[in-house]
Amino acid sequence: MTLVFAGACSHAPGITGRADRGDPQQRKNLLENYNKMRLAIKSSGAEALIVIAAEHFANFFMNNMPAYCIGMAEYYEGPIEDEEWLGIKRVKVPGNSKLSEEIIQIVMNDTDVSYAQEWKFDHGISVPLNFLTPDYDIDVIPVNINCQGPPLTPLNRAYEFGKSIRKACDSTTTKIAIVGTGGISHWPCTPDSGKINEDFDKTFLKSFISNDKKALLSYSDKETYEKAGQGGFEIRTWIAVAGACEGSTGELWCYEPIPNYAVGCTLASMEIS
Amino acid sequence: MSLYYVQKLIYELNRNPDTTKRFEKDREALLADYDLTDEELTAIRKPDIGLLYVLGVNGQILMHYAALWKIPWDDYLKSMENGIKEHGPVRNGLYAQTEGK
Repeated sequence: MTLVFAGACSHAPGITGRADRGDPQQRKNLLENYNKMRLAIKSSGAEALIVIAAEHFANFFMNNMPAYCIGMAEYYEGPIEDEEWLGIKRVKVPGNSKLSEEIIQIVMNDTDVSYAQEWKFDHGISVPLNFLTPDYDIDVIPVNINCQGPPLTPLNRAYEFGKSIRKACDSTTTKIAIVGTGGISHWPCTPDSGKINEDFDKTFLKSFISNDKKALLSYSDKETYEKAGQGGFEIRTWIAVAGACEGSTGELWCYEPIPNYAVGCTLASMEIS
Repeated sequence: MSLYYVQKLIYELNRNPDTTKRFEKDREALLADYDLTDEELTAIRKPDIGLLYVLGVNGQILMHYAALWKIPWDDYLKSMENGIKEHGPVRNGLYAQTEGK
C-alpha cells in the first residue's frame, strides 16, 4: 500500500492573482491550511504527487476532449496564464514518465483514460502547486477530468476512476500523495463571479468527509449547474479522491468563502486505510 | 454561428505563442483561417468582450482573451454585464441554459 496522503483543495486563480483582495483574516487561515497540507505531504514521505484537476481549456479542447487524461511526461510547464495576471512565475515542473506509464496501464483496466506527454498547467494545477510544492521538488503526475461543459463524465465514473488510481498507487513501490482540486460552488469568469452557495458547499463537504458515496453521487448535472454554477461540475475531482479512499473518512481543514477569490476556499484531507 | 471556431481561436491564442504573434502582426490572415461570421469577427477585432460572452464563449476561455488585451478583472466582469444589456441574453453554449446568464 503506497498511497501515503490524500486530500483536496481549491485552485481559484484569484487566490494568487487577486491575493490582496481577500479578507486578511480569511486569507491567513487559507494560507495556514495550504501550508499544513504542504507539511502533511512532506511528512508523508511522498515521492510523487498526483494532482486530480479540472483544467480550463489550456490543453484539451472540443476537437478531441478526453473525459479522463493522465500526464506521462518527463516534465510539465506552467502556468500557461500571464505570470503577472496569475501571480505565479512560469516554471518547469518535474514529472515521472515511467511511474505515469505504470499507473496509466493499471487504470486502463477500468477506465479508457487518455495520456499526454505534453501538458501546460493552468491555474487549476499551478495554484495548488504554488502552495503545496513551492520548490517544485517532487514529481508531479497531472490527472484531468473534464469538468468544463457537457457531455460530462457521470459522477459514479469519476468515483470509479479514483478507485482505479488508488489500485494503481497501491501496486507501485513509490510513495504517492493524491490531491484533488476543484470547485465547489462557483461561477467563474461570468457576471456571477463572486457568488458562492455556502449551503451547497457545506452539504457537499459533509458528504465528502463522511465519504458518503450515495450522497456524493446523488447530484444531477442540472442541479449542480443551477445551485453551484459551471464551477460546481468540478466536484468530480473531489469525488475521485473519495473513490480513491473508499471506506475512509476525512477531515475538513478550512472553508473560507471569499467572494473576491470567486469560491469557497477549501482544504480537506482523507484518511488512508 | 460558429461558436466552436471563436473558442478555438482564443484557445490557440492562449496556448500557442506563434498564434499570438500572428494575431499581433498579421491579424486578418490569422482570422481568415477560422470559420467566423461577420458578427464574430467584429466582436473579436474590437474586442467586444460583452458580445463574445453573449455569443456563448465559455468564461474559462473568454477570460484569457480579456487578459490578452490587458483588460482589468473588474472591467472584464462589467463588460459581460454590459454585453447582456446591449445584446440580450446569452444565445449559445453552456450559459444559454439558465436564463442566458
